[in-house]
Amino acid sequence: MDLLFSLALQILYGIANLALISLGLAIVFGMMRVINLAHGEFLMLGGYTVVVATNNGVNLWFAMLILAPLVVGLIGLIVERCLIQWLYGRMIDTLLATWGLSLLFIGIITSIFGASTSTVISPPLGTVTIGEYTSSGYELFLIFVVIVLLALVYLTLKFTSLGLVARATMQNSDMSACLGISTSKIYMVTFSLGAAVSGLAGGLLVPITGVLPNIGVIYIAKAFITVISGGSAILAGTTSASVLLGGVNGIMSYITGPTFGEVALLFAAIILLRLMPTGITGRFFRKSQ
Amino acid sequence: MRLYGTFNGTLVIAGLAIIFTLIAPSIFQFFTIITLTQVIGLSILALSLALVWGFGGILCFGQSAFFGIGAYAYSVAAVNIGGSTGSIFIAILAAAIFAAILGYFVFYGKVSDVYLAVITLTVSLILYSLMRRTSGPEYKIGKALLGGFNGTGSAPLNMPGDGSAMLFPMQTFYVSMAILIIAYVFTGWLVTTKFGRVCISIRENEVRTELLGYDTRLYKLCLFSISAGIAGLGGVLFCVGVTRVTPDVFSLGQSALAIIWVIVGGRMTLIGPILATFVLYFLTSSLGSQQILNANLVLGIILVIFVLIVPNGVVPTIMNWFERRRIKRYARQKERRMKLRKHRAIG
Repeated sequence: MDLLFSLALQILYGIANLALISLGLAIVFGMMRVINLAHGEFLMLGGYTVVVATNNGVNLWFAMLILAPLVVGLIGLIVERCLIQWLYGRMIDTLLATWGLSLLFIGIITSIFGASTSTVISPPLGTVTIGEYTSSGYELFLIFVVIVLLALVYLTLKFTSLGLVARATMQNSDMSACLGISTSKIYMVTFSLGAAVSGLAGGLLVPITGVLPNIGVIYIAKAFITVISGGSAILAGTTSASVLLGGVNGIMSYITGPTFGEVALLFAAIILLRLMPTGITGRFFRKSQ
Repeated sequence: MRLYGTFNGTLVIAGLAIIFTLIAPSIFQFFTIITLTQVIGLSILALSLALVWGFGGILCFGQSAFFGIGAYAYSVAAVNIGGSTGSIFIAILAAAIFAAILGYFVFYGKVSDVYLAVITLTVSLILYSLMRRTSGPEYKIGKALLGGFNGTGSAPLNMPGDGSAMLFPMQTFYVSMAILIIAYVFTGWLVTTKFGRVCISIRENEVRTELLGYDTRLYKLCLFSISAGIAGLGGVLFCVGVTRVTPDVFSLGQSALAIIWVIVGGRMTLIGPILATFVLYFLTSSLGSQQILNANLVLGIILVIFVLIVPNGVVPTIMNWFERRRIKRYARQKERRMKLRKHRAIG
């Protein structure tokens, strides 16, 4: 019983982790049809923000929850104004340009901080004991954060005027522009919000994974596959794909060890895409956001 | 004779490449020749991407996955068989079959091109993290240990049929150049065949090609597998040049490099990406020896600039410039002739 509960918690954490690293990408992709290949580097920049801030004596919680999204959101804003806005409608060029950006960020951070970082932030909040098994309290906290984040995105999209305008732009950008909405401004806000969420995720993951200039690589494969399997709806897509793929990954990792967990995740995603080429939300929950 | 974009042009370039092969040993140092073998492998990777992306319109971001599979398959097979000749074919087949299976899912699922780009990239990255974890003695295929992070050793090429007669580095260079030239002429020929023409028309307009009665899924799948086989061949030469293969062949940086070579060289040509590989390889390796500019940084800037300013790549831009000049000169001559004729008629 304790084993089952502990395993369920582990799988739940896997799902939350997947949702956390994909949400920023999903916001940008769902709203703007832009696949941001520099997504992993936004996570990495969030991580570095936390490391630099805590090294300078800033409170860890403040650095993770406020500073990381703020800094990366600002970087996202600059990136959108300088690069992405020239490439709307040219999906492949956007992919390539953001890839260049990703290399650029890795290069800049490596030049500043070196190829490795010595700072180790240990996960706060201690451990939680379940029968004879222990679980990290910080992982429980992350599950909680992901639920709050998803709820926040839902409430923003559903009940604020920004959300209304954003949904209109998502559905039909030309018509929204005709109705007097500045779609360019909406895209700008969306992109920096997506970047901010990525920064938050990167910051929150620092105590667990540490941070390196090329740590983005570890995240992006899973993030892309989650977002693409999920389809264009931001919330329903991310959640359903995270549950499905995170579940597959967790169960396979438990059975065969971590080596084949990710491979199973990829296989599940490719078979899913063979059956539903536009992702889960392309087939089901079409009306959702 | 118009050379650009015709099979005659391909043959002329192949002739130039043969001349280069013959004079290279007398102008380059021995060490450069050894490095050149690696670069030839990489340039075959660029060639395969130019084929699948430039001529089939299939944006494969994870071409290095097939490159790496070729390299690993060769290394593993060479240990088990004890010779390189059969292993090369096993490597090509392994890459092509892997691509065919992956391609079945993506092309027959009608996945859109941007998704395809991301899926292929993801496959490459998952292989990267998979191969990094294979460091224990339990991970082996036949007699070959996979070696995890450190990778596995790659046997040098040997004479066909005699596993103990290793080729010298200079001979390996000649063989590699020969393979590059054959691969280049083969792809150049392939795009002029009916199959190639259909692939080009799919690039231009997939729906229209389908309406003309071609099964575009099948054509794309075939092209994808062929180019994966070529990429696998490149992987073989690369790992022979380096003498070992590590999971880094699957890394994001390797995939990015292949894309950059094709973009910089020009994705509608076959020779452009090959030349870009050689030039950029020696540029980045000279950057690698100094500490001020990070190589990633420079590559990132190159990629962004090319996407924004020279999206067609260097070779097509130069070709177009010459073409425009030729047309302009022709128009001017014609105008002058007309004027002269009118003058005579009046006079």
